[in-house]
Amino acid sequence: MTKPNLTVKDLHVSIEEKEILKGFGIEVNGGEIHAIMGPNGTGKSTLASALMGHPKYEVTSGEATLGGENLFDMDVDERARAGLFLAMQYPSEVSGVTNADFIRSAMNAGREEGDEVSLMKFIRGMDAKMKTLEIDESFQQRYLNEGFSGGEKKRNEILQLLMLEPKIAILDEIDSGLDIDALKVVAEGINSLRSEDFGCMIITHYQRLLNYIKPDFVHVMMQGRIVKSGGPELAKKLEENGYDWIKQELGIEDETVGQQ
Amino acid sequence: MTTEITFPVNQQDLASFSKDQQEPKWFADLRLSSLEKALTLNLPKPEKTNITKWSFTDFDTDPKTSATGNFADLSDSVKTLVGEETNVQNLITQKNGVTTFSALNADLDSKGVIFTDLKTALSKHEDLVKKYYMQDAVSADEHRLTALHAALVNGGTFIYVPKNVEVTLPLQAVYSHEGSFGLFNHVVIVAEENSSVTYVENYLSEGTSAGASVNIIAEVYVENGATVRYGAVDNLSDAVTTYVNRRGQVNGRDAKIYWALGQMNDGNTVSENSTYLMGEGSQADTKTVSIGRGKQSQNFTTNVVHFGKNTDGQILKHGVMKDAATAIFNGVSKIEHGATKSNSEQTERVLMLSEKARGDANPILLIDEDDVTAGHAASVGKIDPMQMFYLMSRGLSKRESERLIIHGFLAPVVNALPIDSVKEQLYDVIERKVY
Repeated sequence: MTKPNLTVKDLHVSIEEKEILKGFGIEVNGGEIHAIMGPNGTGKSTLASALMGHPKYEVTSGEATLGGENLFDMDVDERARAGLFLAMQYPSEVSGVTNADFIRSAMNAGREEGDEVSLMKFIRGMDAKMKTLEIDESFQQRYLNEGFSGGEKKRNEILQLLMLEPKIAILDEIDSGLDIDALKVVAEGINSLRSEDFGCMIITHYQRLLNYIKPDFVHVMMQGRIVKSGGPELAKKLEENGYDWIKQELGIEDETVGQQ
Repeated sequence: MTTEITFPVNQQDLASFSKDQQEPKWFADLRLSSLEKALTLNLPKPEKTNITKWSFTDFDTDPKTSATGNFADLSDSVKTLVGEETNVQNLITQKNGVTTFSALNADLDSKGVIFTDLKTALSKHEDLVKKYYMQDAVSADEHRLTALHAALVNGGTFIYVPKNVEVTLPLQAVYSHEGSFGLFNHVVIVAEENSSVTYVENYLSEGTSAGASVNIIAEVYVENGATVRYGAVDNLSDAVTTYVNRRGQVNGRDAKIYWALGQMNDGNTVSENSTYLMGEGSQADTKTVSIGRGKQSQNFTTNVVHFGKNTDGQILKHGVMKDAATAIFNGVSKIEHGATKSNSEQTERVLMLSEKARGDANPILLIDEDDVTAGHAASVGKIDPMQMFYLMSRGLSKRESERLIIHGFLAPVVNALPIDSVKEQLYDVIERKVY
């Protein structure tokens, strides 16, 4: 089995005619965890949404491939079935559809007819993952994200990540709104996926999540692209000194893409 | 303005038909006087739907159905619905008004419960039929379609549950329609004091249908402390124009009626469902789901009228419109003067799946009493693109994502239906109609 690979080159993305990503590039391989950091308004969430295929974002130029296949030739569901996963910052609520039914449908979506996950196997898997994430049993029969607290929604995103076992996952601010205990639990879940068959891009503007999930690469995003990359030590330095030193170093006055 | 209308039936035909059926004189008289009225009365005027061009009077009168009474001779679609013959209990099937099969448990008879076709009821229980048939709940001279119904009634069932009798197994009726026959189906249910009964009916099309009209009236009388659960799945083809009027006359103190209606016709349909809460402390609960498709136009009006004190009325209607289908969902909660401490609530929700689909929800509260509580909610909208993005981002196809959202939209009604068999049937029909 070839190692998972996500390659993004010189990506430009606009929303409502306004350019947000301005030449973003990255390569994520199986076995690697990349942290994308940066202040608010620098295009981090746009990157996550555009790669998944959010209908509001328009890719104006650049390329992205997943396992060598052009991502932008695929519909949203095809990207997912090819192995891409996005843990969303604000997942939708869907009334009337139980969490369990939804996750099972999603697991079977990538499988051929007749090769569906058996109910027993599904229940065993779900129970185990829910235990890892310290999620209450009632989660299964609750309607998808309906009435969930912010923290519950985040855990539910990670539950789906663990159940679907994608090749490449993008986690969009999965740490926001989580208290320290919940953060540890979520980090443990993500760490359990660490292997050569799994690559991960963690988007965050806090360093604290990285205390529990050790990244292999740390990238700083400003003005819609990566302006600095390094190893885990870069995250430490950012925690201690903030972002101003990078701005000074690079002569950047306004780090945002001009949204605010 | 009155337009010249012609019916496929005249006075002589009707008189001889009634005579052939050996109907009582009062019944024959009602037919003849109603036929006359049908010529002068206007069509009903459902709020916001113009039905003046709909064809309610163009149909054949020959049912072309002969009944053997054998289960084996029932059509596949009916068999699919009712299951294996050995499991069938308390079932009457009719095709174009002709009874084709009936299986009734012996204990019904011993308890004095009547569940029979209308024709038999007229000969065996004439006084009971006369006491209720088109009396309080609905009358022949309301408009052209009720008059036409009284004149031409040619199918249906009569149910009577005596005092203190609880019918534990549901009574089921399957009314199928074929060809261009004009079906005028009438159901009467009487639940005497402290009795309870569950009735489930299906309307379906068999074979081919061509330019036919189906006219359905149901009357339910609920006495002191009695409970009636009434489930229906209407599933007539796109060639059938339907008028259906289901009325509940809840006369008794603390009497209850639960309606669970799956309104799944493919043709133009005007549906009225009204409950009159007369008895003190009486309750009505109406739940309906509808799916519109093709080019059909439908009007669903639900009325709950509170006369008694301390009465409670609940209306919950969810509809999904696809293709170029149009539907109006009217909910009317009316609290009459003197119905103190009553509570009336209603919700109508419409989900539209295409640009050409049209849906309208009209919640109406009419309140003539101060000491009451009432509330309403309504929404009309499209599928949220963010929900689609979320579901598809987990690998579900567009179609599967829509399917989940639609089932989810209808779930609050379908899951709350008080009759399990209706729930399952509806689930199947929804699956078929959504795609």
